[in-house]
Amino acid sequence: MQRDVVITGLGPITALGVGIDATWSALLAGRSAIAPIAAFDPAGFTSRIGAEVRDLKVSSYVPKSYRKAVKVMARDIEIAVAAADQAARDAGLVTKGTAAEGSTVATSYPPARVGAHIGAGLIAAELDELTFALASSRAESGAEATGGLDMHKWGSEGITQLTPLWLLKYLPNMLACHVTIIHDAQGPSNTITCGEASSGLSIGESFRVIQRGSADACFCGGAESKFNPMAFLRQIITGRLNTIANPPDGDPASAVRPFSRSAAGSVIGEGGGIVVLESLEGFKRRGGARAYARVLGFGASQTIHPESRSLRPDPAGRGIALAIKAALRDAKLTPDAIDLIIPIGAGFAENDAAEANAMRTVFGDALAKIPLVSTKPYLGSCGAGAGGIDTAVAAKALAEQTIPPVINCDDPLPGLNAATAPARQAALRHVLTFSTSIGGQNAAMVLGRA
Amino acid sequence: MKTRVVITGIGWVTPLGHSIESVWSRLLRGECGIAKTTHFDATTFPTTFSAEVKDYDYTRFVKKPALHEGVGLNTAFALGAASQAWTSAGLDKFAGLNPERMGIYLGSGEGSLDFGNYIAANLGSWDNEQRKTDSVRWAAIASKRMNAMRETEQEPNMPLTHLALEFGAEGPAYNCLTACAASTQAIGEATEVLRRGDADVMITGGAHTMIHPFGVTGFNRLTALSRRNDSCLTASRPFSVDRDGFVLGEGAGMLIIETLEHARARNAPILAEIVGYGSTADAYRITDIPEDGHGAVGSMRLALADAGLTPADIHYISAHGTGTKENDSTETGAVRTVFGDHAKSVPMSSVKSMLGHLIAAAGAVELITCVLALRDQTVPPTINLKTPDPACDLDYVPNAARKTKVDVCLSNSFGFGGQNDTIIIKKM
Repeated sequence: MQRDVVITGLGPITALGVGIDATWSALLAGRSAIAPIAAFDPAGFTSRIGAEVRDLKVSSYVPKSYRKAVKVMARDIEIAVAAADQAARDAGLVTKGTAAEGSTVATSYPPARVGAHIGAGLIAAELDELTFALASSRAESGAEATGGLDMHKWGSEGITQLTPLWLLKYLPNMLACHVTIIHDAQGPSNTITCGEASSGLSIGESFRVIQRGSADACFCGGAESKFNPMAFLRQIITGRLNTIANPPDGDPASAVRPFSRSAAGSVIGEGGGIVVLESLEGFKRRGGARAYARVLGFGASQTIHPESRSLRPDPAGRGIALAIKAALRDAKLTPDAIDLIIPIGAGFAENDAAEANAMRTVFGDALAKIPLVSTKPYLGSCGAGAGGIDTAVAAKALAEQTIPPVINCDDPLPGLNAATAPARQAALRHVLTFSTSIGGQNAAMVLGRA
Repeated sequence: MKTRVVITGIGWVTPLGHSIESVWSRLLRGECGIAKTTHFDATTFPTTFSAEVKDYDYTRFVKKPALHEGVGLNTAFALGAASQAWTSAGLDKFAGLNPERMGIYLGSGEGSLDFGNYIAANLGSWDNEQRKTDSVRWAAIASKRMNAMRETEQEPNMPLTHLALEFGAEGPAYNCLTACAASTQAIGEATEVLRRGDADVMITGGAHTMIHPFGVTGFNRLTALSRRNDSCLTASRPFSVDRDGFVLGEGAGMLIIETLEHARARNAPILAEIVGYGSTADAYRITDIPEDGHGAVGSMRLALADAGLTPADIHYISAHGTGTKENDSTETGAVRTVFGDHAKSVPMSSVKSMLGHLIAAAGAVELITCVLALRDQTVPPTINLKTPDPACDLDYVPNAARKTKVDVCLSNSFGFGGQNDTIIIKKM
């Protein structure tokens, strides 16, 4: 007997703003948040624009008793912690983290019935902190194999320059750990690390855990920041980023052009999306005020095209299509039940084409009628956070019965409903969203009205 | 009625070797895979030793080497272990697999940094006066020295991606990275994928190495590693009164698991049934384990309930048993809480005393030792256990393997940050 699952809280943290209201109104305004990178001087890179989260003060999202811990939070962790706070508050969920300190109000669920499935990326060390320590062990000469580091000096003295908890800032499971500690979520929890598919897969895991009765509520989604030279370089060298929209000659706001004939590459964003999933019965029992959407189906798959090795997509998009079909099957729906798709749409032509082929495989000619609204022109490609953000937008669109505006696409690929369009009211029965990773893991989810 | 899930293939790459039988017999003899670290010059680190995989070449195992050129060590370990499991499950001779019904769920770790080039960029761009990185110079140096494949291969999903390519698996695919609990959690979640009917066969387990300069730096700074540099063979001493930390290991453990129905239909060798899985979070602190061990207690109880078993049904516990002060006494306390009067009569050992701690891969390797314990009715020892900690008063199978009735095993893995996972397997 599978239990029904609803999405009750949305916590996107993106360059558009903190929380679902800020995110949604920025989307409706049709304004891209992509701008020159400010986190570091990007002049040495071929792509110099991004969608950064501005003015995020993580201590505002952490109970007083836990504020000391913010010192060991990498940026990715900060975003996840803030996103979980936003999601819990949006859901009206009383947890150890959202209850006023010292309050005796009962939590919405017993701690053992609350889980967390949070996707994370490969977190790069902060260069200034690390290199300050490394510089004290610079070799007098030579030491080419260790990049000029005197390993003997490093091992004996240098390492003591790093704070004892240094490693814990960068373990991917620390996103979920801090979230579970803050909200006293003692149920099943997991950290999925499958690149850009991480948060889509994580939401799928929470869905399953609640369906099978192992938890009543879960925090799920993911977060990532790549605005660190090392992490950013890893993106640059994939060859996927837009290198022509840099100011002063280019226009960052129009850089990402999903499914457009003039697509010129993707742009990195930072951000996260944590959503709260609950069993429908638990949600009703606690007197929850609002459910955005019902999770109807989920599918996961793997792309095994040999080209995956060289960072290129399977042109046919077979893996993505398998995930979408599995999600539809799970939802017991046929393709014609989908009224809106929040796709990947990163604006990198080769990937967009593969994705379009995947959708054509599933929807056939009917695809031309289904609006495709990518969030990437607004807030960039947020890696492990992307699926959580897209799920939040999909759920909000369903709840508002509104299709967000499409920007930056005057010349869509043939057979796609992806052209620039204003926001519009529409009778949305079901929304599909999906993601795929470098490496070929795919996740797809079908949401219905609450 | 739950779908029954069985283990049909096993394989591993460990500090004691790369074949099931040779490693198992060495474990039963109480041999130790720890030695001076050779992956880098660790001679002045607080810890100078580790349990490295020796003389290993993944290309001897794989059928499609061209797909894997340039992989990191973690992926190389994964490929060798999974290939063994694949053959042991008879899948190399089975033509009836549906790729869409074969999934992968790993708990694998990230790959190692391109150390020399990374450091060269960092040091070469350090502005000593401003005490900060000149990111423009960093970009110039790093762009010249680093390459896309070497960087991409560090992503933690790469072992998974390479296994999918090698074996053609198109079904549900996940990698979880919950520190030291990762591969146990992966096997548990893979079991749930099969129970739900989303696949017929899953490749599951984990692969990891953190034996690299920043791995050792990080764990040394946390004071988690043993510093017994004068006697590395006896450095990993779980439950001993004078234990002083764990020993870093590396490697991979991989299993083929499938629905009983699928295994029977293809006449697969059935090694054990996975009957119980439990997963919890401490939600306590990122550095410490709660004294009452509530998370560990919870995961064991959930696994027992899932299996429909009581503590008296368990014949052997494969401990997390890292050899840190905190873990071993808390785990002992948690077992006492769950097993009550029965606790002292269940043998519970830690193969980390011989293999070191394989971090994300540890749980899968340990579950494989449980499979072999069922087969041979013999449990591996905890070596280096001369004087147990008074706080550790259970039967840790000290120093010598033991013949005993083993029909049901429970395996624990607990991760930094408070992730707890328990799996129970049963002889069929």
